[in-house]
Amino acid sequence: MKQEINEQLLLRGLANNDSKAIDTIYKDNFNMVQAFILNNNGTYDDARDIFQEAMIALYEKAKSESFVLTCQIKTYIYSICRRLWLKRLQQQGKFVVQSESLEETVSVEEDLEIHEKRNADFVIMERAMNSLGEPCKSLLEAYYINKKGMTEISAAFGYTNADNAKNQKYKCLMRLKKLFFTQYNIGD
Amino acid sequence: MEDILLLEAIERYLAGGMLHEEKAYFEQLRKNTPEIDQMVVEHKLFLQQMEHFSDQKNLKHALHESHNRLIENGDVYEGGEISTKGLVVQLWNRYKRVTAIAASIAGITALTISGLVAYLTPAGDNSQQVQMLSRTMTQVVKAQNALGAKIKEVDSKIPSNVEITSSGSAFLIDAKGYLVTNAHVLKGSGAVVVNSKGKEFNAKIINIDNDKDIAILKIEDEDFKPLASLPYSIKKSNVDLGEELFTLGYPRDSIVYNMGYLSAASGFKGDTATCQISLSANPGNSGGPVFNKNGEIIGILSTKEASSDDVVFAIKSKGIYKLVDDLRESDTTVKKIKMPSTSSIKGKTRVEQVKEVSDCIFLVKAYNQK
Repeated sequence: MKQEINEQLLLRGLANNDSKAIDTIYKDNFNMVQAFILNNNGTYDDARDIFQEAMIALYEKAKSESFVLTCQIKTYIYSICRRLWLKRLQQQGKFVVQSESLEETVSVEEDLEIHEKRNADFVIMERAMNSLGEPCKSLLEAYYINKKGMTEISAAFGYTNADNAKNQKYKCLMRLKKLFFTQYNIGD
Repeated sequence: MEDILLLEAIERYLAGGMLHEEKAYFEQLRKNTPEIDQMVVEHKLFLQQMEHFSDQKNLKHALHESHNRLIENGDVYEGGEISTKGLVVQLWNRYKRVTAIAASIAGITALTISGLVAYLTPAGDNSQQVQMLSRTMTQVVKAQNALGAKIKEVDSKIPSNVEITSSGSAFLIDAKGYLVTNAHVLKGSGAVVVNSKGKEFNAKIINIDNDKDIAILKIEDEDFKPLASLPYSIKKSNVDLGEELFTLGYPRDSIVYNMGYLSAASGFKGDTATCQISLSANPGNSGGPVFNKNGEIIGILSTKEASSDDVVFAIKSKGIYKLVDDLRESDTTVKKIKMPSTSSIKGKTRVEQVKEVSDCIFLVKAYNQK
């Protein structure tokens, strides 16, 4: 019971980007995932990638309104990582022994589908952002990611007034939207 | 320019930043203008994507930081060298609680032990005792402390131009006023004796035998009234081991009683002229009589072992007879000495015995001309 409450708190912390909660979940689960990846033809970098992807999946789940975690965090992370890693091995054409895991796993297919869609969106947005070029990229990042006010941004970027900055931001945004939606609609 | 304002309006609308009237107007505008409606929907989707993008980017950053932190703390290992800093930090993090507990336990233990040591250690200086012990081992003769106590008071019968050199005890061997004490008590040219009631008498030194450590004094004072007879006798034969003994003497200005037993028939370093007694004696007891339970004097208390408390030595009473006999031939005054041969206090209680004999025991104060 206590552990359950603890895990709920951790997940709430994760959803709010609380670094303490992230550290705790990371510390409690990473070594298990790393051992699994290393034992299955993976490298240290693979382990980190897979684990962090699982963390993102967990984060998305924790953030969703209909969120209910029906198992322990450990089980969930392990299940995601295992699924992700086996998939990646298949993609690389490596021989995979489909051994029955001794660890307890839960079905994560549905979650992974959502996650992959989001991941794809993220990649499109990232690509669009990167092809924007400066100062558009930094300007939009400052406004939409770092949530800074226009006055602050105009001062930071050296615009003579906020209206000029707004004007520039508008132009950048239009370009970004165009770049994004071209890719996005193709993807659809 | 209009497009900028429109987009700003859409963003405000989506962020819920519009006032009621403005919102109603804007919603009306959406309904009537499909282009604007389309822009709102599109922008909403875009902003959502932007939000997700920003969330994920922030989370990735946080995860990356977390990963590095854990590597530094040693909770995560990714091959290669573990940096010393990481190892130390890791060990510290792992054991800091244990270390703290261990340190407090050690501290408390140390405090307790030092407290106990301070509490239980005798007040005296240990090193000095050890030193004394070593000295008695190398210079054995010095181990015997003379029991003559030095005193400083000046009394009426003591000449004013002299200083007291030492004091001890003495006892009558003849009712006429002959006293026996230790030779080492009489470190001076003259002496006064004080009885148990505090009355002083002048005394003359008749003979001192430094080898045997026995001296004979005679009270020569008008105030002195000779006793009819002495309550005790002086024993000629030896006493048996374990026999109960008691003594009276003047380690202080008033008479002090002590009791013990004969612990060895010979004295220090096997001296047959003396015997070893176990009782507590202090400087000032020198020259005092040692009685057995029948009230017979069996010796003169003379020395004590420095290294132990209750080991004292007494000159056997035979020595008194021997000295008196030797002196009789040369000294006419000694001829008059008649030693008591029977004890009248035999069978009496110790309190009665002490009461009767204490009149015959004197405090000796030896003095020297300044």
